[in-house]
Amino acid sequence: MSGKYKQVAYYPGCALEGTGHAYNRSTRELGKALGLDIVELKNWNCCGAMEVKNVDPKLQTYLSARNLSIAEGMGFDTVMAPCNGCYHNLKKAEYDLANDPASREVTDRLSRKAGHATYEAGKVETIHALDWVKEAIGEKGLKARVRNSLKGLKVANYYGCMYTRPRHIFPEKDKGPGSESTLKPHFMDDLLAAAGAENVEYPLKTACCGGAHTLSDSDTSTKLVLNLLTTAEACGAEVIATECPTCHTGLEMHQVRAEKVFGRKTTVKILYFTQLLGMALGLSARKLGVHENLSDSSDLLRARGLG
Amino acid sequence: MANIHGTSLDDIAARLDGMVIAPDAALTAAALDLADELLALGETILEVWLAARGETPTKRIVEGFRLLALHRQGARGEPSFNACRETCRELVYHHNLVRLDPAHVDVARRLRLGVMVARHLQLFIGGKLEIAGLGEFCCSSRPLRQHETRAQATEAV
Repeated sequence: MSGKYKQVAYYPGCALEGTGHAYNRSTRELGKALGLDIVELKNWNCCGAMEVKNVDPKLQTYLSARNLSIAEGMGFDTVMAPCNGCYHNLKKAEYDLANDPASREVTDRLSRKAGHATYEAGKVETIHALDWVKEAIGEKGLKARVRNSLKGLKVANYYGCMYTRPRHIFPEKDKGPGSESTLKPHFMDDLLAAAGAENVEYPLKTACCGGAHTLSDSDTSTKLVLNLLTTAEACGAEVIATECPTCHTGLEMHQVRAEKVFGRKTTVKILYFTQLLGMALGLSARKLGVHENLSDSSDLLRARGLG
Repeated sequence: MANIHGTSLDDIAARLDGMVIAPDAALTAAALDLADELLALGETILEVWLAARGETPTKRIVEGFRLLALHRQGARGEPSFNACRETCRELVYHHNLVRLDPAHVDVARRLRLGVMVARHLQLFIGGKLEIAGLGEFCCSSRPLRQHETRAQATEAV
């Protein structure tokens, strides 16, 4: 254990208080089991998500900057965001504030008006939950803590689109051995392999799921998700591991919808990587919120002696 | 929507569906031809997108593949198009994998996975032709295009 990221500020974001509640719960439980402290940001706000970004990108930058400012004010130099959307937006704000004077000007003006300190780029590092476990514990440390190996459970790791795109807002990635890859991300693969899972070669790990159009054009989203699910099954996966509440919910919802609308049934289960790691550490499925998932994986987990 | 030769995304979808359900023996026997066809179908998918935007699809190659040059062309001025960058690269990878060892015991499965990757590209581009914003809201950030956004709320604050 490197000691790095042993205590970080935690930004759950809106989704983790709603549809992604199981991700919130399992992230907190995983942290506890690993001896890592997370301290939730006080009075955090929406990161600007997709909607604000589209209407007014500078306002989105301010919203994310305010969260970074709170982290700094609480004495943290690192904030961990498990949601890909939040992670992406905090990273984007960091990039904008470092490179776009107009964004700096708007953030400064709105911060003064709101009565809090203006966040300046470079003060707080944003990391994903994957970075957190990978850096703070690592594969070796994780392996040493495994009490209930995932026993060769065949897993397709789905990273979604926002974890690696656009490349320029993730300057720490693509730095060679040990760093994350934007072309072929592997941090989730590495951690789950350390916990005993057998990762399948999944060619669509960063492919679009049509998530943003799940309401405006449900059929397009369902077809894209159905292809993600059938491809995972063709790869031999029993489980798709996720690391984003939007991806997770999208896969679950459209799995159901694909059967209802297109008569295409798929059986691959969908679980957060934090739930899988938690079970490998000996935590119960209930404690990790597996029962809150739409995708019912109880039979599979029982058969494997997990959870 | 079709490319300059009149091939539509529906034609491509039908062909890909046929390849997925083909017996292993048929896929194995024609592995090299099918690998090339898969790549060509990927190029046609991107040609449909470019044709719909009134552009002439490039004949250039990038890193040895026209598919990657077409992707680069499609992404110009359209950051959301990067949402299919890795899909294009995976298609090239599966093409290469089959061509490298067409007699491999697993070649039929490798081809099928390549077909599923191509299908994702077809679905993504088909989706974009219906909703141009597909890919835009999620992974395609626009920090360098902020000046294009007019009548911003922040200006009124």
